[in-house]
Order: sequence, then C-alpha cells, then structure tokens
Amino acid sequence: MIDFLNAIVALSNFVLIPAIAYGSQLALGALGVTMVYGVLRFSNFAHGDTMAFGTMVVILFTWWFQSMGISINPLPTALLALPFGIAFTAILLLGTDRMVYRFYRKQKAVPVIYLIVSLGVMFILNGLVRFIIGPGDQRFADGERFLLSARDFKAMTGLKEGLAIKTSQSITLVTAIIVVIVLFWFLNRTRTGKSMRAFSDNEDLALLSGINPERVVLYTWLIVAALATIAGTLYGLDKSFKPFTYFQLLLPIFAAAIVGGLGSPIGAIAGGFVIAFSEVMITYAWKKVLTYLMPDALDPTGLIQLIATEYKFAISFVILVIVLLFRPTGLFKGKSL
Amino acid sequence: MTEPFLIGDTMTGGYGKGPDILHECTVSVDKGQIAVIVGPNGAGKSTAMKAVFGMLDVRSGSVKLNGEDITKLSPQDRVLKGMGFVPQTQNIFTSMTVEENLEMGAYIREDDYAETMAQVFDLFPILKDKRNQHAGELSGGQRQQVAVGRALMTKPSVLMLDEPTAGVSPIVMDELFDRIIEVARTGISILMVEQNARQALEIADKGYVLVQGRNAYTGTGQELLADPEVRKSFLGG
Repeated sequence: MIDFLNAIVALSNFVLIPAIAYGSQLALGALGVTMVYGVLRFSNFAHGDTMAFGTMVVILFTWWFQSMGISINPLPTALLALPFGIAFTAILLLGTDRMVYRFYRKQKAVPVIYLIVSLGVMFILNGLVRFIIGPGDQRFADGERFLLSARDFKAMTGLKEGLAIKTSQSITLVTAIIVVIVLFWFLNRTRTGKSMRAFSDNEDLALLSGINPERVVLYTWLIVAALATIAGTLYGLDKSFKPFTYFQLLLPIFAAAIVGGLGSPIGAIAGGFVIAFSEVMITYAWKKVLTYLMPDALDPTGLIQLIATEYKFAISFVILVIVLLFRPTGLFKGKSL
Repeated sequence: MTEPFLIGDTMTGGYGKGPDILHECTVSVDKGQIAVIVGPNGAGKSTAMKAVFGMLDVRSGSVKLNGEDITKLSPQDRVLKGMGFVPQTQNIFTSMTVEENLEMGAYIREDDYAETMAQVFDLFPILKDKRNQHAGELSGGQRQQVAVGRALMTKPSVLMLDEPTAGVSPIVMDELFDRIIEVARTGISILMVEQNARQALEIADKGYVLVQGRNAYTGTGQELLADPEVRKSFLGG
C-alpha cells in the first residue's frame, strides 16, 4: 500500500504536475495561434517570437523593478511587470499589422502569402529580441520558489517520495484558468467578442451586418499580445528564458492548435494538454514508478524511458501526423487546413 | 406615375473588369409590395439583384432608394440606408446560436433591438424555440428563416432575397412564401430572385422575366402567369 502511494506521489511529482503546468503554457500559446487563424485566417509563424518579445519586455521591467527594490514577495516580480509586457507587445503587433499585414489584407492575399510574410516577421522579431537582450539564458524568477517543497512533504506524510509544487507551476495554472475564463466570457458574452466570432465564421455576412473588419483585427491583435506575453512569461518563470527555446516552442504550440482544431479556442486548450502530457509521459523514465508498483522480482533494470528528452519535438510531430491523417479538422472540428 | 420605392434603372454592368452581364436592365419594387425576378439559368437574375445592392459595378444607369440616388454607395452603406440582403448561400453564422445570429444582424443599431427580435420570433416561432441552438444544426428551411430574421433585425425598408427557397422541400417553400407575404404586409418592400418561377409569380405584385441580362417580360405576377409566351418559355406550358 505504501508502495502504491509512493508510486502515485512520484508520478504526480515528475509527470502530472509538470505536464499540467507545461500544458497550460502550451494552451495559452495555442490560443494565440488559433485566434489569429480564426480571425485573420493565417498561420502565424511569428507567434513563438512574439512570446519571446513579450517575455523580454517583462524581464526588462522585472530587472528595473528589482533594482528599485519593488517586489510583491512571495510572488515573482514578473507578475507586476506583466501588464507592461502586454502593452509593449500590443504596440509591436499593431505596428506590424499597420506596416505589414494590412498591406496584404488590402490585396486580399491568399493564406499562404500571409504565412510566408509571418515567417519574415518571425526572423525580424528573432533578431530584435537577440539584439536587445542577447541570445543567452536569462533567469528572472524571484520570490518564494516552492509552494510545497519535497522535504516538507516527506516530513508531513512520512512517505519516501517527495512531492514538490513550484510557485511558478501553481501561478501558471491559476493564471491560465483566469485568462481562459476571461477570454471565453469576452468571446461569448460581449458584443465585440461576438462580432469577432461572427467575422471568423463568415466574413462576407459579417461585413453585410455592418461589422467593421479593422476593429475586429485590432481587438484580435490586442488579445493575441496578452495571450503571447502571458504564455511566454509563465514558461520563462517555470523554466528559463532563452530566445531560441521560444522559437522552438512554435512546434508544440502549432501541434496543439492543430490537434485541437485550428480556430477553435476550446480545441487549443485541449490540444495543449494532449501535447504536453504526451511529451512528458513519453520522455519520462518510468523506472521509479514501476519499481514501486511491480513485485520485486519484476523490477525493471533499464530506465524504461521510451524516448530521450532530446527527441521530445518528434512527439509533437508524430501526434500532428496522426491527427492530420485521421481527423484533419482536429479534435474539436476546427477549420480544415 | 409615381416613382417606385426602390428602382435599379436601366442598369448595365458586370463583375470587376469582366464583360457586361446586365444590359439596360430595370427592376423596381413599390412600398410594401413583392417584386420577383425570374428567368432561365444564367439570365443574370442574381446579378441584377446584386447590382441593386451595390455588389458589382453599375457602369451606366442608376439605383434609387426612396428618390435618393445610391448608385455610388457600398453595400454596407446601403444597409445603413435601410436595405436588407439575404445571400443565397452562407447566409447565416453557423457556429453561433440563433439568438446570436439575430444580435449580429442588429450590430449596426445603437438602440434597443429587443422589440425587433420579439417581432422576428413572432414571425418565425420555431426560431424562438431554438434560440440557443447553433444555427448550423438547423434544417434548410429553418436556416433560411434565421437568414431572413437576421436581415430583418436592422428594420430595413427593403428586403432583398436571393433564391430563399433554394434546396428546401415544397412544403417548406410554401411556408417560407407565406412568411414573406407577412413581412411585406408590415410595409417592407420585397425584391426576390426565384427559381420556382410559378409559385413565386403567384405571390408577386410585380414580376420580371430576365433573359441574358435584359428585361424580356415585365408585368404583374398574374399577367406573366397568364401570358402564353412566358408560360411556354419559362413555366413549362
């Protein structure tokens, strides 16, 4: 029985909690991608670097606040800097829209042109972020590190296995839940939110109904700025900030959005968790959990790790391929690609 | 003779830079009446309606609403002037509920539209029952009711319908026509393109038979139904 409890605790500590936190981050990222796809009708490859830009601004403000001695201990100072990051990212996205995307909107460009254009924007943002903050690793998490530390847990329960919950993980989950509730309330209950859904559903009819497309586009970018900055900051607090890592996040984020169904917000959330859990579970070495569960004679000798963590991106790819083969519109019937 | 409420007068035009599809085509409707445009496939029926609504270039001729020249206005501006348009396809927001569809119809209105929505629900009681259902889950006839209801939400003075009975069963078609007559009785002028020429002309105050973008026959619905030429060519004897 104790063995069973130990197995559960080890599983929670190494798989469930990290996957829930990672899944929330992916879900917020995928929501941004899906919003752009639903309203502006293109796959925004610059989203990963938008997240990097937003996080960079948050980091800079965090450092500034820290140097002035402002903090909201035990919470990380980054939360205080978050609104500033969102504001700057919103300015960046609206500027990009004004200078780049609007031109193609006037031309009524096909989606593949937008996609290539967003690739160009991605490279520019890529350079901009590295130019300002450098390509290296940045740590900016401060405040209390653990909500529940492994040692306290062991002392509390007397179990051999410890269960640690990082502050960043709990903040991630709470923030993600709040953001999702606010977003769904906005889309389903407000006039502006409904007009965005109408525009996404049927552009011509939305125009006939007098919905102003430029206004819809403006609100979309504002929401995307908030989602990208929040997702990026939470990821950075949980792990660390490095521009290249954020660029790489593009793959699991797109996988999440497509698996859930592009254009479907609820799908983006589900997709985020599907990808996160697959990634964490497949790259986890199950030896410890199985040792607790199996009779002694059957104790595994190897690590029982299906795929090394270096190959974790392969998992997003494989899930993507499977979904596109068997259910091209995603789990929640998004628009087909 | 007094001028009709809405008239597309001797319109010539086509899509973009393409060739002319309409040739000096005239369609009009009086206040609270029903005008129907019929004709063979490819006669430019829908095109004539879209020209009246400003969705293509009218190169010569004019469109007048209540005496005002609106030839140069965009479709959106014509909605503000009191024209409602129900496209033939993709005329509802499928992923939104029936009620949200109607709300979006009223998007340009700043005032309280609850009364108009109640009127639409009175006109189409089935929509009231299904108000919280996604419009995409409804049957063909119900979808058309949503589409007409959405257009009515702006309280238009003219309602333009592009083949409202396309793809619905004959029983549903009769019911839709009954509803359209009811709408006309409230003082809204109706301009409608129809494939089901005989049934449409029966409820029409005025009928236009178009052939290759030109007016071929014009008259009251009854006159056209009685005209041996029209019967032979378009109504199957």
